[in-house]
Amino acid sequence: MTGAGAGPGDPRAGEPRRDVILEARGLTRHFRVGGVFSRDILHAVDHVDLVIGEREIVALVGESGSGKSTVARLLALLYRPTAGEILFRGRPVSALRSRRRTLDYRRRVQMVFQDPFSSLSPVYPVSHAIVRALALHRPELSARERRAEAARLLEQVGLTPAAEVMGKYPHELSGGQRQRVGFAAALACRPEVILADEPVSMLDVSIRIGILNLMTRLRKEEGVSFLYITHDLASARYVADRMLVMYAGRVVEAGPCEQVLTDPRHPYTRLLLSAAPDPWAPLEETSLGDSGEPPRMVNPGPGCRFAPRCPLAEEICAHATPTLTELRPAHAAACHVAEREAASASQVRTDQDGIRS
Amino acid sequence: MPAAPAEPLLEVEDLVVEYGLDPPVRAVDQVSMRVERGEFVGIVGESGCGKSTLLYGIGRLLGPPARIVSGSVRFRGENMVELTDEELRRIRWRDYSVVMQSAMNALNPVLSIGAQLEDAIAAHERMPPDRMRERAAEVLRLVGIDPIHLKSYPHQLSGGMRQRAMIAMALVFSPDLVIMDEPTSALDVVAQRSLMLRVKRLQRELGFAVLFVTHDMSLVSHFSDRLAIMYAGQLVELGPTRELFTNPRHPYSVGLLQAFPSVFGERRRLTGIPGNPPDLRRPPPGCRFQPRCPRAFEPCGQVEPGEHRVGATDLVRCHLFARSEVVR
Amino acid sequence: MTREMATEVGPAEPVAPGGRHRSVLANLGIAVVRNPKALTGACILALFVVMAVFAPLIAPYDPNDDSFAQGEGPSAAHLLGTTSYGQDIFSQLVYGARQSLLVAFSVGICATLVSALVGVAAAYVGDIADHVLSLVTDIFLVIPSLPLLIVITSYIRGGGTAVMVAVIVFTSWAYGARQFRAQALSLRNREFLEAARVRGERTSYTIVFEILPTMTGLLVANFLSAAVGGILSVAGLQFIGLGDIDTVSWGSMMHWAENNQALDTGIPLWDLAPGLCIALLSASFSLLNYAFDEVSNPALRPPGRRRRARRAS
Repeated sequence: MTGAGAGPGDPRAGEPRRDVILEARGLTRHFRVGGVFSRDILHAVDHVDLVIGEREIVALVGESGSGKSTVARLLALLYRPTAGEILFRGRPVSALRSRRRTLDYRRRVQMVFQDPFSSLSPVYPVSHAIVRALALHRPELSARERRAEAARLLEQVGLTPAAEVMGKYPHELSGGQRQRVGFAAALACRPEVILADEPVSMLDVSIRIGILNLMTRLRKEEGVSFLYITHDLASARYVADRMLVMYAGRVVEAGPCEQVLTDPRHPYTRLLLSAAPDPWAPLEETSLGDSGEPPRMVNPGPGCRFAPRCPLAEEICAHATPTLTELRPAHAAACHVAEREAASASQVRTDQDGIRS
Repeated sequence: MPAAPAEPLLEVEDLVVEYGLDPPVRAVDQVSMRVERGEFVGIVGESGCGKSTLLYGIGRLLGPPARIVSGSVRFRGENMVELTDEELRRIRWRDYSVVMQSAMNALNPVLSIGAQLEDAIAAHERMPPDRMRERAAEVLRLVGIDPIHLKSYPHQLSGGMRQRAMIAMALVFSPDLVIMDEPTSALDVVAQRSLMLRVKRLQRELGFAVLFVTHDMSLVSHFSDRLAIMYAGQLVELGPTRELFTNPRHPYSVGLLQAFPSVFGERRRLTGIPGNPPDLRRPPPGCRFQPRCPRAFEPCGQVEPGEHRVGATDLVRCHLFARSEVVR
Repeated sequence: MTREMATEVGPAEPVAPGGRHRSVLANLGIAVVRNPKALTGACILALFVVMAVFAPLIAPYDPNDDSFAQGEGPSAAHLLGTTSYGQDIFSQLVYGARQSLLVAFSVGICATLVSALVGVAAAYVGDIADHVLSLVTDIFLVIPSLPLLIVITSYIRGGGTAVMVAVIVFTSWAYGARQFRAQALSLRNREFLEAARVRGERTSYTIVFEILPTMTGLLVANFLSAAVGGILSVAGLQFIGLGDIDTVSWGSMMHWAENNQALDTGIPLWDLAPGLCIALLSASFSLLNYAFDEVSNPALRPPGRRRRARRAS
């Protein structure tokens, strides 16, 4: 079982690949909770490894409290990591000291936010964010050229006629339209990666598809990569090439979308799959055996954080924190039980090979 | 399953709810539907379709500037629209109760769960205190919460537990009808599923009917007996859930079903529904869905469609079925 | 155009009945006109502004001219009578409006600016800067401002209106700073501020151009109350003989009137007229405040109807 077929983004492969844009290694972020003198630390994100390649859409899936939005904010330099590092095309981001270097990073890594109601300033027309981005990152443009470019960007994201939309204020547009403005603003500086933090969660169902299709179209036309953060497996499957599943601040499974969904190795992924509503699946009202109680994130200590809810939990799970290990090409999971099963399966294959030859 | 008597538990007829005056916005336009005893009916629609307004209208929970303009809501034979506040108070919570969208908004943060349950009981019936405490503990156990939490405050419980506490509060008098306004939208997928299963089980055990409003069709699809789909204040389709999913008739229902990517099954490109819902202050002439409808034809822009019964579906409001039996 | 681009074709149909957007100034104007109290206040203020601007045209004499008969009551030549020193009271009153209005607007603007910048910076920058700025604010809040005002002005003799304004701002900015900080804290989670940062905006830009514009209601309210505070403080200081009592102003008029026992010697208007004007001018600002309670909310806040409670971490 070699890693020769590993596609871009396998976190465990040794060789740096030339088409990797953004990479996180051991990314960690803790928050002190309960006041200045408290000793309680909230482990929002722990040792997350993540790779985004060129022209790739990577889904980061998890429920509330899983840390996925924190990961996005770390990658967007809105928070400083407590530990670990972020690399952009191989160069560590922590080395960025000057404003010029940081601005350069921001030009290449942009973000789209979840809430269409608060992601645009209410006191300016919607073109404001786009025009400001152009002013900051493409200073060679004159004021008139900026307005023209803003109009072009609005058209590109499907808001037409752009001339009319430019002067509108956010409360005059619908949620879906506002999200499109958010994408236009993110595109203004021609980024290489866009971090999309639950861009459709607050939109109506029939509008979501339009935004998801917009993302795939932008990937194709502009060559921009996306980190698509969501709690919804179905939409992740619809747009993404690869998927990472997060639980309680850690990545528990990672791999190509179809593989992770058809052959989930981590018990949490399996739980998510069984809980995902699928109207065409036959009616089965078997209880999940799990009521969705949240994990412990404050001073968690070693051991698997999913263990208290895990149907496969063993002795070792309470003491040793499982690490993300490759179980088959490009597909990794952080689970002691899954590791053991994969090891014995490959052992069986090796034995069979041995017997056959 | 309780035997269904001739008279439905709830019968809504031509209900009209308007907001404001200048000009008035018709948030619910001539909606008619019935709910039998022990039935689970889902009301599905997107933002602004009027589903929550309909629900609160039925529960007589609307306040100004919203008002019921015409129509009737017959609950166990009585027309709720005509009841006085005093008469309503007598049946409220005993015969029907309400579960709100977000427990954190509906629960009092400074009172313990037990205190709130007892408040709910005391407001509608005189009961000795120890009997109240007993009933509160009983009803918590019913929803799977350890009675030790009678002393807990809302912020000490997880989101899922809070919603269950809300449901416990709604069941305190074993009502015949529980109306729920998106009670799971604040919860994660696993907690949602767990809550829905529990509600369904309770429904079977206690025999109450449920009117369940949500924007998430796939969620309600496994649990509802019948589904109603609303658009721009009108009921556009109503029928048994399975029938609606396997054979949707109204173009909006068709479009809505196609807007759900699925986790299983074939991976294909979806298109959603182009355009936006209409401004209810100036609804388009004729059919309200017509500007976005891929199958619109001549009468759609001029004449409002009637309601027709088609096959196993109870009601479709669309000119495409004009040949079928007219319901009204 | 591909099919899904057709999704948003055509003029944007508003979902929220927000309708046309009006500029902030237009909104303020409409709010004033709709509210009877505010309209009254606006009219009174307009009256005083006219009085101050056109003083040379309105006042019949030079206010400092003391060649008239002393201590006379109202007459055709002197509408409000003359002072003990032979000056025309009415002319003094008219010219006095200038200083009061000047003080009102300068204190209003300066105090509001300081409060806003300190409060918003504390909230937005956070951490240590917040602790330090909040500490400073609290210290200023605790120190009793009137005694401090009196002490400082008695040390700085002569220096004119500018010094008085500076001292009043110095002792009155702290309360507003708390309000701005509280308001800015509530904005912290608004994603458009995070979006500004991700875009690469500097902190100073964000504070001035992204945060402050959403607080027009608070800015106006602060301006109005600071203005009132300024008028009353200056009048008070001048009344007790501090500050600039040699220029013509309502406060100094009252000071000299008191000194010459105007109320007992048959020329009470020397004391009462400026007092009434001070009260009316302060009241006009306070009345205007009624209109702005409303403005701070609606047009600037997004509709909250479609909030789904699901928030990710």
